[in-house]
Amino acid sequence: MSASIASPAPAGAARLTIRLVLIGAVLVLALLPLLNRLPPDSALYVSDFIVSITGKWITYAILALAIDLAWGYAGILSLGHGAFFALGGYAMGMHLMRLIGPRGVYGHPTLPDFMVFLGYKELPWYWLGFDHFPFMVLMAMAVPGMLALVVGYLAFRSRITGVYLSIITQAMTYALMLAFFRNDMGFGGNNGFTDFKELLGMPLNTDAARAALFYASLALLVVAFLVCTRITQSKLGRVLVAIRDAESRVRFLGYDVTQHKLFVFVLSAVLAGLAGALYVPQVGIINPGEFSPGNSIEAVIWVAVGGRGTLVGAVLGAFSVNALKTWLTTVAPDLWLFALGGLFVAVTLFLPRGLIGLFSKAPK
Amino acid sequence: MTRFILRISLLLLLALPARAQDAFTAALPGLAGGFGDIAASVERLGASGDPRALPLLRALQEGRLQKAGDGRILLPDGARLLDAATGQPAEAAGAEAVRLNNRVRQALRGALGRLQLVSPDPAERLAAAEAVFRSRSAENIPLLQAALARETVPRIRTQMELALAASQLVGSDAEAKRDAVARLGASGSVEARAVLIEARNANPEMATAIEVSIATIERALAIRRAAETLFQGLSLGSVLLLAALGLAITFGVMGVINMAHGEFVMLGAYATFVVQEACRGIPWLAPWSLVLSVPAAFLVTAACGALLERGLIRHLYGRPLETLLMTFGVGMILQQAVRLAFGAQNREVLSPPWMQGTILLPGDIAVTQNRLWIIVFGLIVLGLVFAAIRLTRFGLEMRAVVQNRRIAATMGIRTGRVDAMTFAFGSGLAGMAGVALSQIDNVSPNLGTGYIIDSFMVVVFGGVGSLAGTLVGAMSLGVVNKLLEPYAGAVLAKVFVLVAIMLFIQRRPKGLFALKGRAAES
Amino acid sequence: MSDEISPPLGQGKAAKPVLYLDGVSVVFDGFRALNNLSLVVDPGELRAIIGPNGAGKTTMMDVITGKTRPTAGVVRFRDHDLTKLDEATIANLGIGRKFQKPTMFDALTVFENLELALKAPRGPFACLRWALTGEARRRIEAVMEEVGLSARAQDRAGVLSHGQRQWLEIGMLLMQDPELLLVDEPVAGMTDQETEHTAALLVRIAGRRSVVVVEHDLEFVRALGSKVTVLCEGSTLSEGSIDHVQNDPRVIEVYLGR
Repeated sequence: MSASIASPAPAGAARLTIRLVLIGAVLVLALLPLLNRLPPDSALYVSDFIVSITGKWITYAILALAIDLAWGYAGILSLGHGAFFALGGYAMGMHLMRLIGPRGVYGHPTLPDFMVFLGYKELPWYWLGFDHFPFMVLMAMAVPGMLALVVGYLAFRSRITGVYLSIITQAMTYALMLAFFRNDMGFGGNNGFTDFKELLGMPLNTDAARAALFYASLALLVVAFLVCTRITQSKLGRVLVAIRDAESRVRFLGYDVTQHKLFVFVLSAVLAGLAGALYVPQVGIINPGEFSPGNSIEAVIWVAVGGRGTLVGAVLGAFSVNALKTWLTTVAPDLWLFALGGLFVAVTLFLPRGLIGLFSKAPK
Repeated sequence: MTRFILRISLLLLLALPARAQDAFTAALPGLAGGFGDIAASVERLGASGDPRALPLLRALQEGRLQKAGDGRILLPDGARLLDAATGQPAEAAGAEAVRLNNRVRQALRGALGRLQLVSPDPAERLAAAEAVFRSRSAENIPLLQAALARETVPRIRTQMELALAASQLVGSDAEAKRDAVARLGASGSVEARAVLIEARNANPEMATAIEVSIATIERALAIRRAAETLFQGLSLGSVLLLAALGLAITFGVMGVINMAHGEFVMLGAYATFVVQEACRGIPWLAPWSLVLSVPAAFLVTAACGALLERGLIRHLYGRPLETLLMTFGVGMILQQAVRLAFGAQNREVLSPPWMQGTILLPGDIAVTQNRLWIIVFGLIVLGLVFAAIRLTRFGLEMRAVVQNRRIAATMGIRTGRVDAMTFAFGSGLAGMAGVALSQIDNVSPNLGTGYIIDSFMVVVFGGVGSLAGTLVGAMSLGVVNKLLEPYAGAVLAKVFVLVAIMLFIQRRPKGLFALKGRAAES
Repeated sequence: MSDEISPPLGQGKAAKPVLYLDGVSVVFDGFRALNNLSLVVDPGELRAIIGPNGAGKTTMMDVITGKTRPTAGVVRFRDHDLTKLDEATIANLGIGRKFQKPTMFDALTVFENLELALKAPRGPFACLRWALTGEARRRIEAVMEEVGLSARAQDRAGVLSHGQRQWLEIGMLLMQDPELLLVDEPVAGMTDQETEHTAALLVRIAGRRSVVVVEHDLEFVRALGSKVTVLCEGSTLSEGSIDHVQNDPRVIEVYLGR
């Protein structure tokens, strides 16, 4: 199994090429919102749709990075990362709902529409503070992080690994989905949150807001990529790979595997949470469907398609699979699920190192 | 002495119909009179307990009863009219309908209720006993006592005794009242509790006794509720057992994690639907289509399982995470294929007549037939799986391959074929689970997704590779789920169970029935 | 607590034993892998352990390193009760182990494998901040020299031959710088020359460290020139010099059939 996965740290010239390609890719992405300002008949004009969907994909790419860090490097296949993403999204959603203020349909000064509708008299305690942007950002990291800490601690401590861990994390997101579907949870039940108005004083339906969210996502992607690179190229990264390939042997070397796994799992959950927080204002809605186990596993397949165990692969996978999805769901919607299912089969059977494996030569 | 009593009783028994006959005939002429006479006659007829009075009063109620000019009462029987007194056909000329007013109608209701107590039709007697219980009138006491003396059906007797106690409670006999309170308390029925609560205010002198009886009833009700919850839990547990048994084979025994297992369950449900549609045109076969579905669903899903194992899964042995992802993709494809073939909406699979309705177990515990059948079916399938593993050549080879593939191969076992058959067996079990699920859940393309996580929890909780663990795991998850439901609601109950399992795994990471020692290490 | 049960000091030596096993039993589903086993290893001692298959040699190592919890008995390393500690803590106390089947991290290079084994803070944050100093690099290079893998420093461990893997794992053990080395079948798959080299290496280490070697190769055990413990059916059958145990009739019976 391990032999099929590329190790980090390509040497010398190769590393330089990769860096140049990455910087180029970031620059091209950064140009998109600018090209959107061109007159629509210009050859280089990029439509609103492209900008907003690329912005969404960038948040997906961050989620993919998070999954890859845990799975590709530390061997923790979480089928519940969608939950961390969604929790971050809900934190942002709560903030956006608070910012609607009295502009809701019912015009209540503090309560969001759904609470008025459900007969709430006052804001539940866990909504307090979400009107402040920094608090929301903190929560978008802390809530997924704490959940990962608790679940991870319980699981790693009792040495639940491999598919067992996958099932546990899947059950986790499933349980959260069921919980968030309930109206009395105070998160809008079935419908979740939508009809957002503004963020940081910016009306959300403007080009400027779209561009700002796009750049924020791109910046987070770059930062996340650098953080992940730093980790994977440090000795910690090598410990993680060692844990992935022979967990018990690492223990006999004196490493507390639980701590290392927890570190990477929590960090990964925090990244996913931030990605979710950036995702929500760009798509304009968050609902319990984001917790569905299918979403999490779909994100895992982005990583598999791109090439796990390589950070570039995770990002590449997120973009390419979602591009395929966007194209296919407009051309032949019935075929998309066949294609996605086929991807799962094809990648695991024929392309274990993903798309990246096609470009780099196989290890000896 | 005994003989004397017997003789007297016999005489009394013989005398009863004779006396009644007199009362019946004697009451008839009044029906030809004014409203007051009619009402009096109706009451006398009702008190007579005569079987002939029932059709007569019914005819009266429906306005079909005729009176001839000479005062004879004529009862319509099909096209003819019979003389009510003699039962002989009679001339209809000049006859007119006996008319009713509210007073007569009221008398009729009471009389009919009393008469039905002795009706030859058991259902009618039961209904009458219930009606008398509701009306609660001391006048009914002798009637109920008479009816009880003849009644032989236990269920009806119980209801009559309840009615008697309720009637005595509003009567004047203090001794009988006290006795009635005790008997109502022993009955353990909700209605009896209502009667007692009502009587509490009317009889302050008996308040303590009544309180005791109410408490007795509440205890009985609590026990019954617990029993019903237990039954529901066991029935949910059987569903989980059926869904998890296949996993116990493919995941537990072979170590292959098949995320498409839920879709195999779904395929089994659709196979049931297809068999039902095929049998629809054949009237004698239609009620048994569900029975036919069991082997059909097994074969279809087993074939799919064999294909999946030989075609795809075997290339990924030893790589469980990849197997997980790959089979998830297969599940996705299966779901979408079924959605395109059968449509996204729910398909209806009917329950055959012999599975419909509710039956009452002793202690008035209500159980629905289809749930009961699922429990039975689940246990049968468990037995078959156990037998297949322990008693057949296939089971022996399967265990051999699981324990030591290389040595099994050197002993001439074709391990590849055993793998395929084992996987097909597990998949076929999923199909059988689908047959059962079609009876209690909507048959839709995403039927399986709701059960797959629970089934994995069962296997993980019970202990991988242990049938006993699967049984205990499924049943305890089912019961705990249903126990929590009244307090937390179905959804939170599920969430609690998931959390509880995660905590449980802390203590016993290998599940309830863990393998120990070297076998568990590999 | 350690004062209450003061261990009997082996052969009247003044030093406290490094490793002390007393009455250790391990039962798997009714099968006794270890049966009332006792073993005392002194500081700086080199001890060879031999015994037929299933004698409990590997289980004994599992018990010492925390992989398996004993059903009964005392297992102590200096003053630490090993039955209560996990593998990582035990390793950090100073017990290193080489596995019967050489186990390392195939996706990492020889150098990286040794770097992971190098004695240094083990926490995630420490690993994240870790920078390879000249001192550490020199130690790794010295060990690579010792185990003859200098030329393969940048090769992945997964591509090494069986003998080289044995050496790499011995190298990792050296990097850990443990006080007690548990070495399970170190010379399987080695050439005669390499076997000699290994024996010399272990003897050299033994002066400063305690070493427990499990081995089938009696020539190798003879080359170690150490005290030998013979295990059979989970308990000690015989103990003494190689000549002593080779002439012990019970040992002969066990090895030559009954």
